[in-house]
Amino acid sequence: MNLAIDLPVIWAFIIAFAVFAYVVMDGFDLGLGLLFPFFPRREDRNVMMNSVAPVWDGNETWLVLGGGGLFAAFPLAYSILMPALYTPMIAMLLGLVLRGVAFEFRWRTTAERNLWDIAFAAGSLIAALAQGIALGAILQGVAVAERQYAGGWWDWLTPFSLLTGVSLVIGYGLLGATWLVMKSTGSLRERAYTFSWWLLVAMLGGLGAVSLATPFLQAEYWRRWFEWPNIAFTSVVPLAVVVVTILLLRSLAERQDYRPFFLSLVLFVITYAGLGISMWPYVVPQSVTIWQAAAPEKSQLFMLFGVAVMIPIILAYTAFAYWVFRGKVEAETGYH
Amino acid sequence: MFEALDAVVLARVQFAFTMTFHIVFPSFTIGLASYLAVLEALWLWTGRSVFLDLFKYWLKIFSIAFGMGVVSGVVMAYQFGTNWSVFADRTGPIIGPLMAYEVLTAFFLEAGFLGVMLFGMNRVGKGLHFFATLMVAVGTLISAFWILSANSWMQTPAGYTISAEGQFLPASWWEIVFNPSFPYRLVHMVLAAYLTTALVVGAAGAFHLLRDNRNEGARVMFSMAMWMAALVTPVQILAGDQHGLNTLEHQPVKVMAMEGHFTSHPDGAPLVLFGLPDQTRGEMRYAIEIPKASSLILKHSLDAPLNGLDTVPRENWPHVGLVFWAFRIMVGLGVLMLVLGVFSLFLRWRGTFYESKLLHRFALAMGPAGFVAVLAGWTVTETGRQPFTVYGLLRTIDSASPLAAPAVTMSLLAFAVVYVLVFAMGIYYILHLMAAPPHADEEGPAADEPTHAAGITPVPAMATVTGPKREP
Ligand code: HDD
Ligand code: HEM
Ligand code: HEM
Repeated sequence: MNLAIDLPVIWAFIIAFAVFAYVVMDGFDLGLGLLFPFFPRREDRNVMMNSVAPVWDGNETWLVLGGGGLFAAFPLAYSILMPALYTPMIAMLLGLVLRGVAFEFRWRTTAERNLWDIAFAAGSLIAALAQGIALGAILQGVAVAERQYAGGWWDWLTPFSLLTGVSLVIGYGLLGATWLVMKSTGSLRERAYTFSWWLLVAMLGGLGAVSLATPFLQAEYWRRWFEWPNIAFTSVVPLAVVVVTILLLRSLAERQDYRPFFLSLVLFVITYAGLGISMWPYVVPQSVTIWQAAAPEKSQLFMLFGVAVMIPIILAYTAFAYWVFRGKVEAETGYH
Repeated sequence: MFEALDAVVLARVQFAFTMTFHIVFPSFTIGLASYLAVLEALWLWTGRSVFLDLFKYWLKIFSIAFGMGVVSGVVMAYQFGTNWSVFADRTGPIIGPLMAYEVLTAFFLEAGFLGVMLFGMNRVGKGLHFFATLMVAVGTLISAFWILSANSWMQTPAGYTISAEGQFLPASWWEIVFNPSFPYRLVHMVLAAYLTTALVVGAAGAFHLLRDNRNEGARVMFSMAMWMAALVTPVQILAGDQHGLNTLEHQPVKVMAMEGHFTSHPDGAPLVLFGLPDQTRGEMRYAIEIPKASSLILKHSLDAPLNGLDTVPRENWPHVGLVFWAFRIMVGLGVLMLVLGVFSLFLRWRGTFYESKLLHRFALAMGPAGFVAVLAGWTVTETGRQPFTVYGLLRTIDSASPLAAPAVTMSLLAFAVVYVLVFAMGIYYILHLMAAPPHADEEGPAADEPTHAAGITPVPAMATVTGPKREP
């Protein structure tokens, strides 16, 4: 195999990695926002906010790398998908605006009912829902003609995309709740366990529903998953989900600190791998492959150099930032 | 056809609107990040607590402005795809990698160290904290480097070939990154950011000096800001002049619009100070001009010939009125900044720098001038480039996404509502913070009820070490 063929594959994995990093990292930030309405006490909310305030910006930057990377490495895919997902994308961006400013603004008001807490929760919900809907809309396929999106501006809205939207909201909620388990103490932590349990059950429901619906979207998905010999490999996916779920339930019952969060991450990894199995090797399912959408070798090579040098450095200082703010966050009032 | 045209106009309005909001924040945060690094360095070096207090005072403001810069920037990054998908497809192989490098080398750096900078004072040592501040400041500059390279490439494309599908393909990355207008634009924009910040800091200092000219923090910040204004403004004007000469070489039509030259002047073009450009009739009405001065500035010779817009097909004209007026606003404010700088030097020499109410009022009034000049400058740059997105090669009308007008209308309305509400509140909070006089033992950002992390020094002890009442 020569380089020109390999590069798009490498880039597909890089972008998949960036998107995944975004999903899990901003996933727990957004998840905390989703849980906000259920924790009305001011001290609890302060703890929740403070547990992510130092890292949320870095988390969100993975979204910029995912989108920007797609633009740079697969411009054709970017230019087809973005108009196709126009409304969910704009909604997501506005949701992220509301969510992002709330981190700073909520400390600046002394009002009893903090408007920015509402903005935080609403922004998180809008962004999470929009991302899930976008995922569903991509999976179900978009109309393409002559290097351009050829559908209408409501095409993305189907029962399936709503289902993926709600499922992702639940998934993020689970990440947020288990993150909270890890970062909090006392009654807050107890409630986080309860939420984790219910959200896990709901997420399994969502996963099941999406998995059942997906093979019926496109004939190709069905072949991928259920025809021999593929099924020998693909059946590993649901098995892994079952095993991890059992471990996760046990860790919740045993009141473990870290394990629930990391097992939830594993659950996301498996689901994500499942998505990859369905999509590969398309960026726009069933119409544009990664090779068709790829930027020229010269562009991809140029960036590959940057990625190879920078990503390890970025991971190192990101780890450093998380390390600096490790451990439990507590409201000082809890000490008096 | 008619509908398609509408959608393009709306997309342009949306781009201009979201970009205008975004650029306001970088203009301030680029300068402020560097200023904070200087303050912290001075504190570490001299040990004077006033520098630490000022650091914390501006850190709170920085955290708000930076947050707004980030969220409005993420919107920009996706606008290329949502509203300008044809542009994204055509230029992706070139603009995309430049922006990807911005993310890899700048955004992560800023974001990664931001948390430590804002909340980490008590968690890492002083040296490491200073390092974090420095990384954020460097990150903002690297970010300006890449994005201005991308923008300059669209102004003065170089180092590319065009494929059969009409895609721009990279031929030489060196020529792409260091395209002809890039060095000028980078210098001019970074200086603009420094000036903008200096004027804001100076205005805040002046505001508090007007109330109490013994306030040490106010004195220090005012003096630092006025040094900046006095030293940087002349350099900026020089840079602007060179930038203009570069533009004349590569985008002569833009300069014709800036100068308001509808007609050619074979033997020396006048400098139009003011006038009413009339785009449809193609003439300048009520012009007040200095004969031959434009040729002197642009060609360094009184009688040098200069072409006018009459040599350019109409369909390639930018909107002359916008470019013409925006240019005058920018230059006019630049001159006012120079006056402020010189005046401050004069009063320093006279020894009434901290007493002169006139100087303080002047500095206060100039607080927003940097923002206005930056917006005016970008209007010149971007409107003057029209009707192209990639100058001379790709028309704006051919760059837009295949979207229905109602879709763009809806999103434009949503942006307008959310942005106006959110950013108005943010600016209100910033003004509120600036209205409080700087004082000893300043708190850090995000001061609500104190909280702290378990397992680390208890709160009361921490508070006495470096000040912030709470940290996450
Ligand atoms: C000369 C400077 C400059 C210019 C012309 C632009 N930006 Fe910007 N941008 C910055 C300087 C900056 C910055 C200083 O790096 C910011 C501002 C405040 C901040 O938080 O970082 C930033 C933030 C910022 C972010 C958020 C970064 C993060 O997640 O931390 C994105 C995605 C963009 N910008 C994207 C853009 C795009 C797509 C632009 C053009 C269309 C653009 N910016 C113009
Ligand atoms: C940072 C300051 C910037 C400002 C204030 C700004 C402002 C504007 C404005 C006002 C327009 C509309 C012009 C018109 O329609 O007459 C425009 C257009 C455009 N700008 Fe910029 N811009 C900035 C930076 C950039 C950068 C860095 C890029 C790309 C990397 C960019 C890409 C574009 C594109 C693609 C258009 C075409 C859309 C249009 O013509 O409306 N701009 N910009
Ligand atoms: C007073 C003398 C000044 C001159 C002669 C001058 C000249 C210019 C010119 C010719 C351009 C357009 C370049 C192009 O698009 O090709 C420009 C753009 C710009 N100016 Fe100025 N300028 C001056 C002062 C200022 C000041 C005081 C500020 C802000 C504090 C400023 C901020 C900007 C910005 C942000 C741009 C757009 C970015 C760019 O193209 O560099 N300028 N200026």
